[in-house]
Amino acid sequence: MSRLVEVRDLRIQARTDAGRIVEIIRGVSFDIDEGEIVALIGESGSGKTTIALDLMGYTRPGCRVTGGTVTLDGVEMGALSEGERARMRGSLVSYVPQSAAAAFNPAHTIMDQVVEVVRIHGSMPVAEARTKAVGLFRALALPNPETIGERYPHQVSGGQLQRLSAAMALIGDPKLVIFDEPTTALDVTTQVEVLRAFKAVMRKGGIAGVYVSHDLAVVAQIADRIIVLRHGEIQEAGRTADILERPQHPYTRQLLAAFRPGAAPRPARLDQDEAPLLVVRDVVAGYGKRDANGLPALRILKGVSLELARGRNLGIVGESGCGKSTLARVIAGILPAAKGEILLEGRPLAPDFRQRRPEDLRDLQIVFQSADTALNPHQSIGEILGRPLAFYHGLGGRTREARIDQLLDMVRLPRPLRHRRPGELSGGQKQRINLARALAADAKLILCDEITSALDTVVAAAIIDLLKELQRELSLSYLFISHDIETVRAICDEVVVMYKGEKVEQLRPDVNDGRPTQPYSRLLFSSVPQLRTGWLDGLAQDPELTRAFAQR
Amino acid sequence: MSVSLSSTRPVRRWRLGYRISPVGAVAFLVILAWAVVAVTAPLIAPHPVGEIVDFDFFQPMSAAYPMGTDYLGRDVLSRILFGARYTVGISLASVALACLTGVTLGMAAAVIGGAFEAALSRFLDALISIPSKIMALVLVAAIGSSMPVLILTLAVIYTPGSYRFARALAVNVNAMDYVTVARVRGERLGYLIRAEILPGIVGPVLADLGLRFVFIVLLLSSMSFLGLGVQPPNADWGALVKENIGGLSLAAPAVIFPSLAIASLTISVNLLIDNLPQKIRDRSADA
Repeated sequence: MSRLVEVRDLRIQARTDAGRIVEIIRGVSFDIDEGEIVALIGESGSGKTTIALDLMGYTRPGCRVTGGTVTLDGVEMGALSEGERARMRGSLVSYVPQSAAAAFNPAHTIMDQVVEVVRIHGSMPVAEARTKAVGLFRALALPNPETIGERYPHQVSGGQLQRLSAAMALIGDPKLVIFDEPTTALDVTTQVEVLRAFKAVMRKGGIAGVYVSHDLAVVAQIADRIIVLRHGEIQEAGRTADILERPQHPYTRQLLAAFRPGAAPRPARLDQDEAPLLVVRDVVAGYGKRDANGLPALRILKGVSLELARGRNLGIVGESGCGKSTLARVIAGILPAAKGEILLEGRPLAPDFRQRRPEDLRDLQIVFQSADTALNPHQSIGEILGRPLAFYHGLGGRTREARIDQLLDMVRLPRPLRHRRPGELSGGQKQRINLARALAADAKLILCDEITSALDTVVAAAIIDLLKELQRELSLSYLFISHDIETVRAICDEVVVMYKGEKVEQLRPDVNDGRPTQPYSRLLFSSVPQLRTGWLDGLAQDPELTRAFAQR
Repeated sequence: MSVSLSSTRPVRRWRLGYRISPVGAVAFLVILAWAVVAVTAPLIAPHPVGEIVDFDFFQPMSAAYPMGTDYLGRDVLSRILFGARYTVGISLASVALACLTGVTLGMAAAVIGGAFEAALSRFLDALISIPSKIMALVLVAAIGSSMPVLILTLAVIYTPGSYRFARALAVNVNAMDYVTVARVRGERLGYLIRAEILPGIVGPVLADLGLRFVFIVLLLSSMSFLGLGVQPPNADWGALVKENIGGLSLAAPAVIFPSLAIASLTISVNLLIDNLPQKIRDRSADA
């Protein structure tokens, strides 16, 4: 195989708003052969997208290439004029963005946008391009390939739109396609289909690819080689199987270890007589006008019941839109339930938090997904943690200061951090502060709503370990909501599977060894990518079942 | 990206962590100068405000009267220096009052929502629908012109706009998770608007305050021009323009300089709010 891409000692600088210059890519070199798929993997800020974009001769505003060369099919991209580079984009190299929804113009039909690049380059007649597009739609396993192009972007699902954006990238017969986290925003069941479609088309056309991702398991299914990046430098590069089975670099090992979290602790069987900490009974909630029975027009939760024993954890998994976050908001009283009961330690809670007693508000704390929006950027960490202490416990002066230090110790953060503001902390540190605020209330139950979803794998694994440690020390209970089944299983012994606002089943370690029994849960669990090559090819799922549930 | 950042420039230490633009600094100095003049007018003015210093009216610029004399032969420089007290003082008082009321109500409406917000918004929308000059004329003509009346009138006219602006900003902040967390904690209205919402909107609110100050200066000047503002022998800058308008055909400096004073103040405030010091987010260099 001949060499398609040569990157030699690439260096890219960025300028911050203080005028300071930061080198974000520091001497990266790698090659891609024709027809080979190479994955760039790393945490956020590792420079993987910056490198991928530079393969098209593009740097984001504020960034500048300061050294090295990128040679694509024998042409040095850096030496070309912008017009010449534009001619290569779409015909020699093309790009599939992370968010297909943002990449399509809602005002034009899909077909017009798919063939646009051919029209701009004038490389083939539009009628011919349309026929070719239909062929691509078919190859990407899209439903109704003849007519789907006539629709508008909002009329197809997210997974379909992502495949359509791949069709857009492939229409100009590129030799290299750059995938920038194309399945990160998709649900697992959809992700399986999209990955399969991508892989089939790339193999068939012998097209080389660069697959940017932070998810090792996804990359293991599609890439021939993996390049591990950190701080703009290559840590390790090698064939996929070698990286997964024989990682050499400590950072790669750390990434792999973070991917295989330990199983949840199995507490000794609790006394059956003890009243459960939280009981949710037949809760119905939603939005819109209420009908004669007091039920909202759009029901997000349709009669959900669950129980959580003291000192135990309950996980809630499901795909986007299944109502798992709504359930957390209903339990917290942010969205009052239209029907049903919520009991905390046997006491019924008012549906609306405004009518709840201060003790109930204190005992039940909610931790939100995004620490960026959950922490007031204008308050210092000390103020953020100090307020619940003053509010719930009336602490002031030196006792409060001492307790803030104690809380920072509990979440394993250095004490001087209290003078900083959230904007000056890293994502993982912010999430720890978010957690410490819930601990400041001395809560009995903490609702964790996707608290690790926005974090890098290694950081998320550390947060999970922290949650386990805190539970041992403080006898807390967590209601842990996530779309990531592996994470939930790492911390919860019981898992509730939700689908379209209903509870499908509750998995218990003592029943069927914690394995799913219902068709939907089986599909969901089997769709989680596993960290071995060939998992996708060997995955046998009932196509009928997939179609029935994954209609998005 | 916090590890071994290389820097090719000599590191400049920003002790404040703010970037100050030269235009903004000059504008600030002009405003500061007018504020100092307003406070110290009796000390620096060469003549008392009502004193007729020369029988020759509409004199040109001279060493004795640097800005000439007005239609009665009074020193224009002294009258402008004294006028600064009224123009800057009344405008400042009313803009402070208008923004304090408007912003507080706006934040409260965003947090409380529901019927309270709807009623307040519709009521203030009704006030907005009345043209500001007509309303000012009617109010002052009915009640009579005095300093408190002028301040209150101007405040009432500019409160609804400030309310709308603050409410729109506060609604966005109110939707953030950290406000939800504070609510679920059981916090009361006062804490929510003071500690959670206000810090998030204070920047744009200050910019809005500057803009509103300019509008008030102009409205006050036009009211004085129509004879409903500050009453003789005192005069704000608008009144100075009005009483000397007859000198326009004589090319008298008496009508030019008050206009320049109004222009310098309003333009400076505008430039200042467009060039407020910007906080530098990248603090790793001096951490």
